[in-house]
Amino acid sequence: MPEMTFREALRQTMREELLADERVILMGEDIGAYGGSYAVTKGFLDEFGPDRIRDTPISESVVVGCGIGAAMGGLRPMVELMTINFSLLAFDQIVNNASKLSYMSGGQIHVPMVIRMASGAGSQLGSQHSHSLEGWYAHIPGLKVAVPFTPRDARGLLKTAFQEPNPVIFIEHTALYSRKGEVPDEDFEIPFGQAEVYREGTDVTLIGYSGSVYQANGAADLLAEQGHQAEVLNLRTLRPLDVEAIVASVRKTHRAVVIEDDWKFGGFAGEIAAIIMEQAFDELDAPVARVCGADVPMPYAKELEQAALPSERQIAEAALALL
Amino acid sequence: MTQLAERPTAKELDNGRLVDLLRQMMLIRRFEEKAAEMYARGRIAGFLHLYIGEEAIAVGAIAAINDDDHILTHYREHGHALARGLEPGRVMAELFGKETGVSRGKGGSMHFFDVERSFMGGYAIVGGHLPLACGLALANQRLGNGRIVLCIFGDGAVNEGEFHEALNLAAVWKLPVLFLCENNFYGMGTDIRLVSAVIEVYKRAAAYAIPSEQVDGMSVLAMYEAVQRVASRIRSGEGPAFLEAITFRFRGHSMADPEFYRSKEVTERWRKLDPIVTFRQKLESDGLIDEPAFQALQAEIEDVVDEATRFAEESPKPPPEALYEHLYHEGEP
Repeated sequence: MPEMTFREALRQTMREELLADERVILMGEDIGAYGGSYAVTKGFLDEFGPDRIRDTPISESVVVGCGIGAAMGGLRPMVELMTINFSLLAFDQIVNNASKLSYMSGGQIHVPMVIRMASGAGSQLGSQHSHSLEGWYAHIPGLKVAVPFTPRDARGLLKTAFQEPNPVIFIEHTALYSRKGEVPDEDFEIPFGQAEVYREGTDVTLIGYSGSVYQANGAADLLAEQGHQAEVLNLRTLRPLDVEAIVASVRKTHRAVVIEDDWKFGGFAGEIAAIIMEQAFDELDAPVARVCGADVPMPYAKELEQAALPSERQIAEAALALL
Repeated sequence: MTQLAERPTAKELDNGRLVDLLRQMMLIRRFEEKAAEMYARGRIAGFLHLYIGEEAIAVGAIAAINDDDHILTHYREHGHALARGLEPGRVMAELFGKETGVSRGKGGSMHFFDVERSFMGGYAIVGGHLPLACGLALANQRLGNGRIVLCIFGDGAVNEGEFHEALNLAAVWKLPVLFLCENNFYGMGTDIRLVSAVIEVYKRAAAYAIPSEQVDGMSVLAMYEAVQRVASRIRSGEGPAFLEAITFRFRGHSMADPEFYRSKEVTERWRKLDPIVTFRQKLESDGLIDEPAFQALQAEIEDVVDEATRFAEESPKPPPEALYEHLYHEGEP
């Protein structure tokens, strides 16, 4: 199986979709002449031209709204918002229009669009460039939220996103772009709502998504050194959420730690913990633990930033406390 | 695919069409009066924003564009919906929250949709639909289908960031959008003079090099003339245009509005410019309609509105299983 980076997996998939369907257009800040702030769309402007690869003004709200309207009008727009931090400027469009149009029109309108955004901290970008707000989007009925971890996820989930007749929020952790992984040569999709058992284990389930699966897996290594076999679950989408996979794993291990970069208070990890309580309470041998981002704006200093993010050690310690 | 068919110019409107403009305005007026009555009787809930006084804008503008041109509008949209030809019964049923409503009872007064008639919705976040107009126009431009987008909003929208973002993008990409501002001088209960640095709204379009002008929004013919002319220019690929229609709503912002913020005298002065009264007088003096014909028109409209109300009253409520329907679209994108 060929290896490629997460970035290349995204790029290749987008290119195929652009080639396959004239209705696909890309819009976003610096996606054309600049090549994308994370170089995902590099070369597209030359290959597909400015009518389909559209550099936009720094106007997040109209860029997303324009994508919604274009989708209503019969195109298949993909909008890149550079980062999830900037998506807050388009939050009204995403929440009040994209997610609701099908419902409040009684099913007459649908919005087949993909909104890509980079997320995550770790590069000392400070408080306004380091949010992880995946849980906010997962909170909203009418949206679908994809959070790939591996390059294989990136390709398979993006393929599915392009086939979706509903708005998809596609979130890419910045620490993953240059990571390599195996991606099957053939055409394949990863259906939404299908988590992956990233690593099998029997003693405790470590539940993560996007970048946090990396830390969860590192924690599983640490636990293995002490003779505990942790199972690592890669959620791949938050909405729809693969509740069955979570419950199945907890049935096997009877213990769970939920990991996310996002703030702990009111976050998505709490939702997963509640679901486990509701659906697998009798299976639990210990309370569900959470290891999340610290409840502070992201600090700049390296040591503080690292302290604000879930670490492998913290995750392993949280798991050990359950064993 | 490209349809270059245009509406006749204002001067070419035949007698039948002229009388129909009056009929449409009368229908909206009567429909709104009935809606107010039904609200008072508890048949309609939520917010109800009446279009009474502003009928000339919807009727003149929508008659002047093609039937397949998209319309996106704000939450005071009953008039726009009726002018586009949405069935009065289904519109009233939506107000009643019935399954037969134009949005199956899930939208309500502020969210009418009829995609078959290219009526792409009423929106209740002020200014929030202007970006969508850009997108629909972009789709039309790329598909080369000759359709333009009529995007209607109030003077309250022009201080939203999305107004400026949308005008800029439409201008940069030469999108086929007609931005139509209904300036009735009040954003809910706030006088435009208190909150806008420039109260001649049409001048704001100049910042984005979009051709713009002010129109008498109390005159259905002035509206028709301006929109027909401007729409034709947009359709030929010249990019967006902007019209500011000067108007006044005769009733409160919504049914809950006691109107403390404006004087009765001002409202009375505007009532003298009632677009239905003045247009009827014009048609009478031109010999196109006489008293018996007007009475007949009124009786016909009374029947339509009564029938719409009966339909709404007798329609079924949405079934419980409708709660989770249409959250996601199934099938092909």
